[in-house]
Amino acid sequence: MFARSRSYFYRRLSSPLHAARAGVGATWALALTAAALMLFHPLVLLALTLAVLGAGYGAGVGRRLARTLRTAAIVVVPIVAINILVSRDGLTVFARLGDLGPFGQGKLTVEAAVYGAVIGLKVTLLILVTTLASLAVDPDELLRAFRRMSFRSALTASLSTRMIPLLAADSERLAEAQRTRPTGALTGPRARVALLGAVVGGSLDRAMDVAATLELRGFAAARRPPRRPLRARPPSRHDVAFACSAVAVLALSILGRLGGGASFDAYPLVHMPVTVATGALCIALIAAILLPFTDRRGIDP
Amino acid sequence: MNPILSFDRVTYHYPDADTPALDDVSLEVEPGELCLLAGLSGQGKSTLLRAACGLVPHFHGGRFAGTVRLAGMDTRGHGPAQLGTIAGALFQDPETQLVTSSVRAELALSLESRGHGAGAVARGVEEVALALGIDGLLDRSVHELSGGEQQRVALGAALAGRPPVILLDEPTSQLDPVAGDELIGLLRRLNQEWETTILLAEHRLERCLSAADRVIALRRGRIAHDGDPASFLAWAARESPALQTPGAKLFTLAGLRPLPVGVRQARGSLRDHGLLPEGDRAESPAVASQPRMGRRSPKPVAALRLRGVWHELRDGPAILRGLDLTLHPGDTVALMGRNGAGKSTLLRHAAGLLTPTRGKIERAGRVALLLQNPGDYFVHEHVAEEASADALQAAGLADMTERNPRDLSGGERQRLALAIVTGDGDPPAVLALDEPTRGMDRESKAELALELRRRAEQGQAVIVATHDPEFAASCAERAILLADGRAIADGPASELLAGGWYFATETARILGGAGGALLPEQGAELLASLAAATVASRQDAPLAIPRNADLREVDAGTIVPGLTR
Repeated sequence: MFARSRSYFYRRLSSPLHAARAGVGATWALALTAAALMLFHPLVLLALTLAVLGAGYGAGVGRRLARTLRTAAIVVVPIVAINILVSRDGLTVFARLGDLGPFGQGKLTVEAAVYGAVIGLKVTLLILVTTLASLAVDPDELLRAFRRMSFRSALTASLSTRMIPLLAADSERLAEAQRTRPTGALTGPRARVALLGAVVGGSLDRAMDVAATLELRGFAAARRPPRRPLRARPPSRHDVAFACSAVAVLALSILGRLGGGASFDAYPLVHMPVTVATGALCIALIAAILLPFTDRRGIDP
Repeated sequence: MNPILSFDRVTYHYPDADTPALDDVSLEVEPGELCLLAGLSGQGKSTLLRAACGLVPHFHGGRFAGTVRLAGMDTRGHGPAQLGTIAGALFQDPETQLVTSSVRAELALSLESRGHGAGAVARGVEEVALALGIDGLLDRSVHELSGGEQQRVALGAALAGRPPVILLDEPTSQLDPVAGDELIGLLRRLNQEWETTILLAEHRLERCLSAADRVIALRRGRIAHDGDPASFLAWAARESPALQTPGAKLFTLAGLRPLPVGVRQARGSLRDHGLLPEGDRAESPAVASQPRMGRRSPKPVAALRLRGVWHELRDGPAILRGLDLTLHPGDTVALMGRNGAGKSTLLRHAAGLLTPTRGKIERAGRVALLLQNPGDYFVHEHVAEEASADALQAAGLADMTERNPRDLSGGERQRLALAIVTGDGDPPAVLALDEPTRGMDRESKAELALELRRRAEQGQAVIVATHDPEFAASCAERAILLADGRAIADGPASELLAGGWYFATETARILGGAGGALLPEQGAELLASLAAATVASRQDAPLAIPRNADLREVDAGTIVPGLTR
């Protein structure tokens, strides 16, 4: 029934990212995450967001990734609002709330809004990258790849990516149930908090069930499999392409961070220089992320 | 022979619970036994299974006294991971038991966790897949599987290490009758061919009683009965009628003995008594349909009308294919069909949660929809916050307002969810319920069926998607069989639920669909008619009473004790 939530699960598709081995795909996703964390310039973050959305379309999961933007908005809007309300560092006041007692003068500043938006953009990026990874990186292959290092850590990491679509399915089910109330879905901040509590509570129940299953499957007594001779599996062109992409994204991020091409300050006044270097960094990041998707040899029927 | 599983004076309290979930339980299970655990909801069946595999107390905590030994291992000294090599477990919800993405990885997980080499893992996966007939699914994603397939894969994962004991907690509760029967058949095979010891907790005992060696009935955490299926049925008839199978209830009402453990025995017994309706169903006297609780007004306008409704997925098959359906006020309709037939989608369209890709839906008023999991409706800490005082009063929950909704019993949760979706204003024109009896015991089902009939009497049209033919027969006058998004049969429940193999009640299967009798009460009435007819036809000849017959024949009026004609 929940075709939409089921679409958040990993499914083998014919795309370059699906064709790359899981370890490479996960490393590539980690590089994107690192870029999102390192860079602050709004234009660069926007470029990254566009590139990740493009990568989603390249991997055949673009529509599902675009739907995630709605979920991200639920998280991002409060972040921006809270930052505007609590930050006192900006100088450009656009509204005054008067004396707020122990909190001092309530001044809402442009800088706080911009900084909140930047943080929101970073969070959006992290959500998009995580979703892309859970849709396009085979968690079972990841588990096999890492289990020799630490079976439990690998399994935990693998399961945590699986919990994302499960939680999406749970929240979808709860939201649907609320829509069947005669008064319609509950509204207002209190109702939203209650709904969030129910989703979290439900996810804890689900986590308990999964944990019980794992216990019985011997997870707690997990032993390393016997070592077997390495079978040389040469890297595919897609492995190479995504590995190079990951290195390039990381290098560009470090360059942008240290070289000043992506310098940005929100306080006390917004300082967001848009230079040739900024533009070049944006273009280079987009190219580095999307280029591996242009080679579809060995994929298309 | 040493028991493979033994409980010695086990008492267990869940954390913060005052009453014990298991109370001084002692039992022994021999290798190769197939034991059924019977009991109403909340009587300790699941806890007993969890104690057998070490989840109690290792995983759940709480206070534990006594000793449980599994293959000689004391469960207090060995964790679930170690005990898992001896006992595989399968619980109700397959979704929470599938922890990887592909079927192959799922079957391999427990073998890999236990350090088996690649060759052993590959062989183990292949063997269990072949044994369960899921080899064709190995490279499928677990998310693409139907409920029945998921349950088979979860069973395969539990069996991958070939544990000698398998513990199952209502594994068929989410399965359609076909998938449920397949699973039970599979368990019989494992038991017969591999000597796998099976402990199976089930509410619908009629599905598996004939395969069982022994039935253990639990009541308030204590063992209330422990014996073979026949002795269990005799005990249930005396002490706990809610645990009776429909076949046993039919025989009890008809005053026949011995109580049958399955359809074959029941038919053989009826044949011996000369009471088996033979030949064409039309020749048997018809049975009155489900008794109504009052008069009903004529059906002027449709409460709900679906005209040529299609539901087509953008990147998938059509779920509904030009479906037509009309419900009038006071109608009670059971919607049946296999998992994935389109039942839930149809109900969502009826309630306006989905928009048809083609076709039209007309509603005379509000359509209240109760979804599968009542827990999805509960977002507050107290029952009082979930629904109005009037609605709670009507649902019989007025004295539970301060309780947490999640702490209610299965039946109470269902009633609260029903109160939430129906509200306390104008009653809905249509009440739609999606699999409302999952995991419910017979007592709670009977209460729900009564409530639905009451609402129908008040003029609400009731439509219920269900896999449970007994429940469908007890609450619906009309049945619709869906397959592949189409209504392939639509007619009186007394016809539709009487003539099939899978979508038929046990009473109907025993009586061969005679007279359209679906429920034990109706069946007993039919048997009384047959007995009367038989006696009347033999008035001129001496009665030939079959050997072992327990019919106390005095005259046609008293041939079936307990029945008044």
